[in-house]
Amino acid sequence: MQAFLRGVIDAGIDKNDMVVVSGIGCSSRAVGYVDFDTLHTAHGRALPFATGIKMAKPKLNVAVLAGDGDIAAIGGNHFIHAARRNIDLTVVIFNNFNYGMTGGQSSPLTCVDTIAPTTPYGNIEAPFDICSLAIAAGATYVARSTTYHALQLPELIASGIRHHGFSVIEVFTGCPTYFGKFNNQRSAAKMLEWQRDHSVNLKQYQLLSEEAKTGKFAIGMIHSVERAEYTDEYSKIIQRVRNNSPKDAS
Amino acid sequence: MKKGKAEQFVQGNAACAEAAIAAGVRFYAGYPITPSTEIAEILSARLPEVEGKFMQMEDEIAGLGATLGASLTGIKSMTATSGPGFSLKQELIGYAALCEIPCVIVNVQRGGPSTGLPTGPAQGDVMQARWGTHGDHPIIVLAPSSVGEMYDLTVQAVNFSESLRTPVILLADEVIGHLYEKTVFPEEGSLKLSARPRPEKKPGGKYLPFAVSSPSDVPRIADFGDGFRFNVTGLIHDLDGFPTNDPRKTEALLTRLHEKINSRIGEICLVDTENLEDASLILCSYGATARSCAEAVIEARRRGLNVGMIKLKTLWPFPDFVFERCAGEGKTVIVCEMNLGQIVHEVQRVANGRFKVAGVHTCRGSMITPKEILDKIGTLS
Repeated sequence: MQAFLRGVIDAGIDKNDMVVVSGIGCSSRAVGYVDFDTLHTAHGRALPFATGIKMAKPKLNVAVLAGDGDIAAIGGNHFIHAARRNIDLTVVIFNNFNYGMTGGQSSPLTCVDTIAPTTPYGNIEAPFDICSLAIAAGATYVARSTTYHALQLPELIASGIRHHGFSVIEVFTGCPTYFGKFNNQRSAAKMLEWQRDHSVNLKQYQLLSEEAKTGKFAIGMIHSVERAEYTDEYSKIIQRVRNNSPKDAS
Repeated sequence: MKKGKAEQFVQGNAACAEAAIAAGVRFYAGYPITPSTEIAEILSARLPEVEGKFMQMEDEIAGLGATLGASLTGIKSMTATSGPGFSLKQELIGYAALCEIPCVIVNVQRGGPSTGLPTGPAQGDVMQARWGTHGDHPIIVLAPSSVGEMYDLTVQAVNFSESLRTPVILLADEVIGHLYEKTVFPEEGSLKLSARPRPEKKPGGKYLPFAVSSPSDVPRIADFGDGFRFNVTGLIHDLDGFPTNDPRKTEALLTRLHEKINSRIGEICLVDTENLEDASLILCSYGATARSCAEAVIEARRRGLNVGMIKLKTLWPFPDFVFERCAGEGKTVIVCEMNLGQIVHEVQRVANGRFKVAGVHTCRGSMITPKEILDKIGTLS
């Protein structure tokens, strides 16, 4: 959350021009602690609300704070379609690899073999690589970092806010309370160590052998391209339609 | 619809779309579904003409989610659907009710349950419109019985949703949605439109978005982006918009939401009545079925029977007061509806033994005919 606020400041956004939207989960409670227009929606539904806000008032900066269950499971469909539209939203995913709010159950981003209350014999489902999913779906800015990388993370978030298009920043966050308890990382420090030991800067990661990549995650700015942004394109439609029918009839 | 022509031959769904524009709706997000799709198709063309926005979303839930997001920025917003989509929208109807976000949800009913009869008419969603989302919540539900009413009640739905900061459901049916008929529309600029209550003060200082001056008052909630910087949550919230678990505050909020609607029953409940005091038999209906009832009344009177009629345009809150005029020995209210019994239970509740209640109920995906109603009258008189 601190990294997000630093990112907003670094991006030079006036707090009256920022709306922060969340779904349901531990990370979604973050909107209650920040001084913007804030919207705590229903589970998985942050992106549709954010889309409506951005579409209605494109001048506003709209950010979405979401957990891994919220964005990748119940909100997964909204996620790929918002990416496909390339609507100018900034999504920060707090990936703690489990459903913390409900007691630590496995999520679509939980690694194989992880122990959780609903996978007591180990998780057999392959997780999404949410960054690859975002790129495949059409997101135009994708980055990954962790709470351990306290200097890198705000920069990546600031770049995401500045980017004109659908931006995704995946952040590994700790959940010693549940995830750590079941998986030998009972303290916050242990979880930070895990983040440090399992993340590799993108350039180094690309040099690794396939075998060495196993269990490691690339961090840094992974993807950044320019593509027509949704609300810009819609504004062009309005212009075109109104030019064709100069006498407006309301 | 052609512009500047008072009398036109128009489809019900088209009248709904044009009424939305006339009422000031400038944002629509939805998902294609029969038999409501024409509303989306027309608005996709019409909204950009008036600098409005149209979005086809990835699913029904997103349709209402985007509608609510847009509404929070201060723009009059609407979505439309039919039965299966209406089931999906229930989640966020509750959100809109609790967070007092103005929005109109049009449900052009079709036969159910499940995928049911996509092109067959039914009135099976009456109770779902009232109770479909979880938890205690008030709701306003309007039911048009003609193309003209589709227009008028769409405007009314937008007005109620704005002035009372509440979701309003326009519960149409397949017959009225797809019906073409000659209709006289109001002149441009003649409509009385409502705006949502907004803060009287400028941003700065303490702002309580959910504070009211009396229990029936409508809170003055600011628009996102106007500098008030406030929080909206689907959790039970305090006057400042932040979550609370306090039992007293919880009860105060939920009872206030009900009081906001219940204290305005006289204004919200739109009902057409005819000959209630004198008639021994009274037909009660709504939506397309009211057309069959009107025909049955004409024929019954031709046969010398003294019949009356109630046409409900507001289904929820239920207009109990209208049925006071039906009380009396030997009087029977016959409720006609394309379902196996929904509004009839409300009428029985209000009757409470003071008049008899009978019903004509079908679930076959076609209209109730005047003959079926006359046959029922025959068995009672």
